Amino acid sequence: MTAKADVSMSPPLLGVSSSEDEPATRVAGETRATGRTATTKDESIKIRVEELRASYGDAEVLKGITLPIQSHKVTAIIGPSGCGKSTFIRCLNRMHEVTPGARAAGRVLLDGLDINREDVDPVRVRRRVGMVFQKPNPFPTMSIRDNVLAGLRLNGLRIKNPDALVERALRHVALWDEVKDVLSRAGTSLSGGQQQRLCIARTLALEPEVVLMDEPCSALDPVATAHVEELIHELRESYTIVIVTHNMQQAARVADFTAFFYMGLLVEYDLTDVIFTRPKERRTEDYITGRFG
Amino acid sequence: MRHTDREYEQELQQLRDAVLLMGARVEQMTSGALSAFERLDLELAKATIALDEEIDRLEMDIDERCVRVLARRQPVASDLRFITTTLKIVTDLERVGDLAVNLCERVLELDAETLKPVRVSLVQMGDVVSDMLHEALDAFIQADAARAERVILRDNVVDATYAKIFPELLGYMIQDTKSVAVAQKLQSIAKYLERMADHATNLGEMVVYMVRGEDKRHANKLGRS
Repeated sequence: MTAKADVSMSPPLLGVSSSEDEPATRVAGETRATGRTATTKDESIKIRVEELRASYGDAEVLKGITLPIQSHKVTAIIGPSGCGKSTFIRCLNRMHEVTPGARAAGRVLLDGLDINREDVDPVRVRRRVGMVFQKPNPFPTMSIRDNVLAGLRLNGLRIKNPDALVERALRHVALWDEVKDVLSRAGTSLSGGQQQRLCIARTLALEPEVVLMDEPCSALDPVATAHVEELIHELRESYTIVIVTHNMQQAARVADFTAFFYMGLLVEYDLTDVIFTRPKERRTEDYITGRFG
Repeated sequence: MRHTDREYEQELQQLRDAVLLMGARVEQMTSGALSAFERLDLELAKATIALDEEIDRLEMDIDERCVRVLARRQPVASDLRFITTTLKIVTDLERVGDLAVNLCERVLELDAETLKPVRVSLVQMGDVVSDMLHEALDAFIQADAARAERVILRDNVVDATYAKIFPELLGYMIQDTKSVAVAQKLQSIAKYLERMADHATNLGEMVVYMVRGEDKRHANKLGRS
């Protein structure tokens, strides 16, 4: 993986630079190169999760998850409430540790780099592994334009050509035509579906390699959901996507691979086609057919 | 385990019952057609033909139920396999019903008990076909893949019998040209029975898919397991 030079977002985003940026890229590149030789043999795996355990206080939420996240594919995590799926993706960019009392053990190897290593900066990890949340959360006091740039500014990055970057990011999420004349309006003036696409644009503006989505459509109507799902299909070309969803039909529609979690354990992981037509595990079968509990 | 949604559970159960009913009717037609042939019972042949209308109605009813479940429940995994299997099974069952009608029509045209040995072979062939059909339907209802596989294996027996019947009939036709008309009808009946066995085999293959998710069709020709 040679950084992100070949992705479609790149040209305007290459206009982004900061005093931090060059070393960050270089360090990450070196670590990745070393890590890859050392641990990751399969280039198709973007993130290798090994024996991941996570807890909040005394409550262990993940009890040893080992799972590959395939590069440039959509991986869906499904399972009943409390199965640990949201905690799982929050461990993929070190968001989990932000919660007071939260702990994690085991390895999360991003291109071979153990993101939990002491010398790894969580902020840099989050730039490489971005996240989109359940409820669209544009910054309420910011315009649409500033929302797109917010992540870059918060990271202290200098933006060479902000207008081009905003346009490219909004085009990428198919929002440009809808908002190009109202860029100075508040982000919160948009519809729910548009707000969610704006949040995705804000995540993409940081040029991540992996995009984590935690129930990204649960607050959206079916049309807005269809837009976001269409977007997920397109994003797969440039990004690796992990999506947590309660909506099994959504997992069936958008994901290449599906993992079923239950009570902090990975019950089954396979091609989505296999999971939804002939799962191997009884618990998967019972859950997806609605025979659970 | 039952569905959490009882209404959904009930819809699937009703669908299963409808297939069971259609299967029972098709078996009734097959055995009626075979008895009519064996005893040259013209009344039974006519009564059997009359049953076909119900089969056609059941086929449409089951298709509609399947489409409704697909649209409203978006079934997955075993439920999806059950629905797609059911959609195909009813087509095969309906075809078996049509073949039973064809058989009865030939019975109505047969007027004398000539070519007795061939008739005996055909009755025996018919018994195997009836049993295959019965077993395939039971395997479907009980979701028993091993039973379905045994049905698939028996198709060869029927094919072998069928292969012997034509030369035998040809012998009679060469010996006595007056037997040609009857021999031709018996040949048709042999063909109907052979086709029925093929449909029973299809049912068996679909049951294996429904239960295990394995596609057994065309295994030899396409080089798949």
